Amino acid sequence: MTTETVRRFGAEGRLAAAYFIVALAALAVGGLMGTFQALNYAGVNEILGFSFYEDLAFIFSYYQALTLHGVLLVLVWTTFFICGFLIYVTVNALETPLRSLRFGWATFGLMLFGLLLAAVPILSNDATVLFTFYPPLKASPLYYIGLTLVVVATWGVLVSLVLTYLTWRRLNAGRRTPLPAFMALITMAMWTISTAGIAAEMLFLMIPWSLGLVQGTDPLLARTLFWFTGHPIVYFWLLPAYISWYTMVPKQAGGRLFSDPMARVAFLLFLLLSIPVGLHHQYADPGIQHAMKFLQALFTFGVFFPSLLTFFNVVASLENAGRARGGTGWLSWIIKLPWGNASFTAQVLAMILFAFGGIGGLVNASYNVNNVVHNTSWVVGHFHLTVGTAVTLTFMGILYWLVPYLSGKRLFSNRLALVQAWTWFIGMALFSNALHRLGLLGMPRRSMIGNAPYLALQPEWQSILPFVGIGGVLMTISGLLFFTILILTVTVSKAPANVEFPRAEAVSGPEDAPAILDRWRPWLIGSLVLIAIAYVPPLVAQLSSLSLASPGFRPW
Amino acid sequence: MQRPDRMSIYIYEFAWILPSIAIPVAMIVAIAISAFAMGINVQGVTGRIDPARVNETPPFDRPGLRQVGPNRYEAVIVAEIWRWVAATPDDKSRRVELTVPRGSEVTFIVTSRDVIHGLKIENTDVNMMIIPGQISRTTARFDIPGDYLFVCHEYCGTGHHFMYGVLHVE
Ligand code: HEM
Ligand SMILES: [Cu+2]
Ligand SMILES: [Cu+2]
Repeated sequence: MTTETVRRFGAEGRLAAAYFIVALAALAVGGLMGTFQALNYAGVNEILGFSFYEDLAFIFSYYQALTLHGVLLVLVWTTFFICGFLIYVTVNALETPLRSLRFGWATFGLMLFGLLLAAVPILSNDATVLFTFYPPLKASPLYYIGLTLVVVATWGVLVSLVLTYLTWRRLNAGRRTPLPAFMALITMAMWTISTAGIAAEMLFLMIPWSLGLVQGTDPLLARTLFWFTGHPIVYFWLLPAYISWYTMVPKQAGGRLFSDPMARVAFLLFLLLSIPVGLHHQYADPGIQHAMKFLQALFTFGVFFPSLLTFFNVVASLENAGRARGGTGWLSWIIKLPWGNASFTAQVLAMILFAFGGIGGLVNASYNVNNVVHNTSWVVGHFHLTVGTAVTLTFMGILYWLVPYLSGKRLFSNRLALVQAWTWFIGMALFSNALHRLGLLGMPRRSMIGNAPYLALQPEWQSILPFVGIGGVLMTISGLLFFTILILTVTVSKAPANVEFPRAEAVSGPEDAPAILDRWRPWLIGSLVLIAIAYVPPLVAQLSSLSLASPGFRPW
Repeated sequence: MQRPDRMSIYIYEFAWILPSIAIPVAMIVAIAISAFAMGINVQGVTGRIDPARVNETPPFDRPGLRQVGPNRYEAVIVAEIWRWVAATPDDKSRRVELTVPRGSEVTFIVTSRDVIHGLKIENTDVNMMIIPGQISRTTARFDIPGDYLFVCHEYCGTGHHFMYGVLHVE
């Protein structure tokens, strides 16, 4: 393996590292709250007389801890990691430094400031409204203002990427945008468009209301605006993992990406279809026409298509690698893959669980079938496979090469890292299987199940709940290993890093793709048109019957 | 592996693309038929209410179960922090119980007086968000006797997990 002695873009690397440090801190604290939840489900509320929800400073209740879990994991861990990662991927793919490092750091500073602002009321139990903050639950205004600043700061990341891209474009007229940069730009562009919903919710409903400038709010409209952003956010988490699967994992596996054009098509379809689907989170809501719900169900099945393209392309790339390593036959190329490489293995295990997450997602998406699972623990099982594994375990795998690459120090122990990845995989399989089954049995999510009086009526739930605890403990062990490995890598490890920045070539390269795939305007316009078709009718209907009739409540 | 020529890559790609379109299309067609031809649907626009005047607004001025026809019932339920109100207002129990004979068709008419709640009845299709300002409505048929737990499945404060009831089918 070649060693890049001169690491390029050190300054951008430090900016990315700053993002990663915040992300990892959030993962650690948020993950610990998950441990408590899983143990509560298994009937354990204290260990050796130490009660999680009573004896910890800053933890006031199950639901405050659940707010921390949701906010820290799906808003902070993901967003901060992604912003750092996309910046670093883009400058490396374009081989162009960030247009303005100062602006890059200012963006990071704003995001961190917003996070700290939001953290204050969460920790003081003044924002126990979960990460969805559905009104008329009413938190401290700092919570809404802080989260708004985090979102606004992500727009700054898009600006950074676009300016850098334009610099590159001026010097490289007529060249195809390198695939990782193309994907990073699409991810940020899609995300930024989608934030219109949450921005409007915050600015027009939540912030004025929480400050007391208006007396009431409209809970249905707030939900609709929230989910306008709330579905695309899952693609904002997922697409960076796809960037690694498409443009890095094939190289790490010793092969090539199967089809660069097909990868571009998939990402453009995500740009088109990720946003006009948010109503699939509101199938069970009153006050929304059937036709509008069904139209967005249709688009949701549309967005399944680029995921299937991704499945094919990534598996074909792995097969390419397996055969390049001497594998033969229909399936036996699989054993030739570099299963001894923790970064690779973590990401492939993430892919495997993601396949199940995707299948479960189809159930959720299926309009009336959603009635069986909506807001049950099935959904919790589902998104721990997707964001909790496909995304999180992939990011962990990325850090197994990226932390050595950035710090110049060899990974403390590749073998321990392999144990970590497998432990997460097995723990998650148990945990998520149990939650899916409990959901089919009608067990609600977002509930302190271990203390619920109705648990006594449900012997079948009681027989499955211990597996939530066992799986959760395995995931906790895996998380502890993960942090141990990273910390020892940057502190103790003495050997120089032996990693390179993985850049996969393609079997069928960008020159095989039609030029329209490298134009932005038609796709951005297409995205806006689909959003208008999906969202103008329900928003007009809701605004025309707007009623700011709900005062705020603080039932915690 | 030798580099496959461009033509065979296209063939592989299309061999995957066609079923990737056909399968989701078949699924959504099946869903459309079950929803709009067979009537297994989600709730649509179901009426509005002033959340501050739930007590005075029929039918929520008199929550509870009533028979509206042979084998047909209406369950009028008010969700509030942290209980389902389906009886006289002075019943302060957190657990509410309803009883219907087997073979009954029950229409649930539900709203919230305060924050968002969620109603799910186990082993049925009944699964609705209960949003202040909106009226939720759905109908289910109960042919199998037994106790059906119904829970609140949307976070509504620190007592959320105390909010439940049981529907007895005799
Ligand atoms: C040690 C690892 C983890 C454990 C044991 C764990 C456990 C749990 C449990 C038991 C719940 C259900 C709580 C309830 O509905 O009452 C939950 C909710 C949730 N988890 Fe995790 N989790 C872990 C890691 C993660 C990760 C890595 C992510 C995402 C990156 C994640 C995202 C979420 C989200 C978004 C919720 C829903 C919060 C809400 O409903 O407001 N979890 N977790
Ligand atoms: Cu969604
Ligand atoms: Cu509740």
